Amino acid sequence: MTLGEMVILLNFETLTGEVNLDKEVKSGYVSDLLSDVIANIEEGAVWITIQRHINILGVAKLKDIVAIIIPRKLELEQEVIERAKSEKIAILRDFRPAFEISGLIYNALKRG
Amino acid sequence: MNHLNEEAESKPQLKLEFEIKERDFSVAGEAASKVKKTLQQLGLMPEAVRNIAIIIYEAVMNVVIHATHGQLKVIIIPEQVTVLTEDEGIGISNVELAMKEGYSTAPLEIREMGFGAGMGLPNIKQCSHKLNVKSQVGVGTVLEAIVYLSSKDRKS
Repeated sequence: MTLGEMVILLNFETLTGEVNLDKEVKSGYVSDLLSDVIANIEEGAVWITIQRHINILGVAKLKDIVAIIIPRKLELEQEVIERAKSEKIAILRDFRPAFEISGLIYNALKRG
Repeated sequence: MNHLNEEAESKPQLKLEFEIKERDFSVAGEAASKVKKTLQQLGLMPEAVRNIAIIIYEAVMNVVIHATHGQLKVIIIPEQVTVLTEDEGIGISNVELAMKEGYSTAPLEIREMGFGAGMGLPNIKQCSHKLNVKSQVGVGTVLEAIVYLSSKDRKS
């Protein structure tokens, strides 16, 4: 499933426009500890986190993360969004909590 | 402080160096991404590249969080990749304890950012074949992690 298909299916808000919408999403990971993400996320994954500081982009770039998904409609600084666009990392947002988002993505990826 | 591995320095090698400043979080991701790209260009397999990138990210993050400044050196020879960080700072009073998963001395504001969870050194240990940490309280820390490369770590 591409990120764009996922966005349409699950009605996520895209904060970075067209970035990575054509990319294939292979898996997902949920964690707010950066060491845990660095060690355990697979490449080509979406990452659900409430961390919103600029350093999440370094992690995303290093692990070839397709999109960062921010739950509960939490606010992000414009600087982070602009940097994400230039680094080609998508940032999505949703009103649901991380648990629900994970479940939805898990099922969507399982169905293919 | 002395380098722990003089032997690796005398062979033909590729050496990448980075300056690390206190609380400059971005350098960890940048250094790890840059070395990752270099290793991929050298034809290393994803597993070895992944391990080395994790070591670099965590080792640099330790310097960023705990020290005043330091350097990262990545020395690549055909047989191995050595990741070396040297810093000036508070040092580690009990290295054995610092190796324990979940043990952390990072300040609260750092933890709130999702860093300093006490997983850095355990992650490095897990990803390297050899790890040496030498520290002197009030002076600084030298960390040397080695990943040995065999023929199966290279794309033919």
